[in-house]
Amino acid sequence: MKQPERPDFWMLDHVEGRDLRELTTLNLGPTHPATHGIFQNVLTLDGEVILDAEQTIGYIHRAFEKLAERRPFYQITTLTDRMNYCSAPINNMGWHMTVEKLAGIEVPKRVQYMRVVVMELARIADHIICNTIIGQDAGATTPFLYVYQWRERIYDVYEEICGARLTTNMGRIGGWERNWSDEAWKRIRAIVKELPAALKEFESMLVRNRIFMDRTVNCCPFPADRALEYGFTGPNLRACGVDYDVRVANPYSSYDEFDFIIPVGQSGDTYDRFMVRQQEMWESLSIIRQALDKLDKLSDKTTFRADAPEWVLPPKEEVYSAMEPLIWHFKIVMGETEVPVGEVYHCVEGGNGELGFYLVSDGGRTPFRLHLRRPCFIYYQAFPEMIKGSMLSDAILTMSSLNVIAGELDA
Amino acid sequence: MPATNVRTDRDQLVQEHMARFPDHVHQVGPEGDLLCVHVHKAGLHEVLRHLRDELGFTFLTTLCGMHFPGEEKELGIVYHLHNMRAGHRIRVKSRTTLADAVFPTVTDLWATANWMERETWDFFGLKFTGHPNLKRILNMEDFPAFPLRKDYPLEDPTRRDKDDTFFGR
Repeated sequence: MKQPERPDFWMLDHVEGRDLRELTTLNLGPTHPATHGIFQNVLTLDGEVILDAEQTIGYIHRAFEKLAERRPFYQITTLTDRMNYCSAPINNMGWHMTVEKLAGIEVPKRVQYMRVVVMELARIADHIICNTIIGQDAGATTPFLYVYQWRERIYDVYEEICGARLTTNMGRIGGWERNWSDEAWKRIRAIVKELPAALKEFESMLVRNRIFMDRTVNCCPFPADRALEYGFTGPNLRACGVDYDVRVANPYSSYDEFDFIIPVGQSGDTYDRFMVRQQEMWESLSIIRQALDKLDKLSDKTTFRADAPEWVLPPKEEVYSAMEPLIWHFKIVMGETEVPVGEVYHCVEGGNGELGFYLVSDGGRTPFRLHLRRPCFIYYQAFPEMIKGSMLSDAILTMSSLNVIAGELDA
Repeated sequence: MPATNVRTDRDQLVQEHMARFPDHVHQVGPEGDLLCVHVHKAGLHEVLRHLRDELGFTFLTTLCGMHFPGEEKELGIVYHLHNMRAGHRIRVKSRTTLADAVFPTVTDLWATANWMERETWDFFGLKFTGHPNLKRILNMEDFPAFPLRKDYPLEDPTRRDKDDTFFGR
């Protein structure tokens, strides 16, 4: 349902043919506590009603596509972390899978399931951030402080797996740098066991909360056809009622073996976006449980990377004592791995939608061209159309519910 | 890795349709992981419209510029189109010379092309005729170069303290 250009409660704007509206131009951003990142919006306001908005982006542009043209493939992983830093492992895994697709590396099942576990944990962390911030912007501080602890618990898992918490640089092309420790598995199992209680509490705080519903239901709805024209993907598209999910449409990393539903909304308003993300967290938990079951059933308990000596580093003790591993080690670190000529497009379902990597290789030690399809960049351009005719405070909520991450927006 | 985006039956359909544009389409075939359609610039808009309206490629996944220094047609553009209903993706490519770095806009076909084309202008200096608001998007407005062209140095060329001879591309 399209909102009217101006709400009908606005009276007296035309008296005797004279336009009595006093339009205000307001700079929302570049740094504003309510926009959670560096975005500038120049708003044209009629009272508190938004008539127009113009965005300026690029404040944290770091030219990843250019940097990638001078880096060996394995060094590009660290660039992908810094796109959507709320779910960095998904970006990392997406990049590894892109290179594996180009190089034709077959990844063992165990590694694929481990990737699924970590990607779904990252999705939960991403959605926790987004949904608690919607609550925060609607005036509910408790979830932001309370449920955020669970993001920390997930970051503890990252830390155990790869040593970092936010910009993870997790995994390697071909698998993992080392097998996961017992502690990592323990932490994952604890999260799967204990998170549902916290999520339930979170939902009982907000889902049927009168104030929260009044603020979010019918707040900047967006029709599905416009959303598709604007290239929406991920939870924001699903909130409009389109059941497009890369995990189902183009399964990667054995997602086709998992049983989960794609939650969809109806009107694409802020409440729907919130609810879709909320439901996705439950689905992610279920996927992690299934993955843990599958890992338990696998007879293989030790493989943590592919059999691809030209991509995975040999054990350090062999590097110091044998010639062949030393050569491989040197070649990999210097980025002298043979890469086939060709081009691939690989996409994964990131926290915000279809995260795509278009990689063109001319056989050199670095990509000839790497184009990153960042979902935020693509759907954020619809923001002015979404907020036109709504109140300023609704625009803030809409922005947080779109989950626009500055790092991904500006790349 | 299964080639999940390839649908041979669909690829064939696209190939048949593209045969209707012998003046515009000069090459169709699988390249890398997807079917790739090479189109002359003059017919680009018409072919893209046909793909959208007749073949169901209603979703523009992404578009990006390319630079091939030293070749006759130095600059290029790559569209990734997606037919969501059929689960089919294709790639459409076109090339142009540096002197005539202009492509027709596709903002009238897909609203999402607006920022993508601005980004391509910003980084490759490709102009899009008919674009409603073609100005730089990620770089500052008075930025003097098109940084993703291959001749734009990554490091400050005046610096002498960094030697990337062995580690550069």
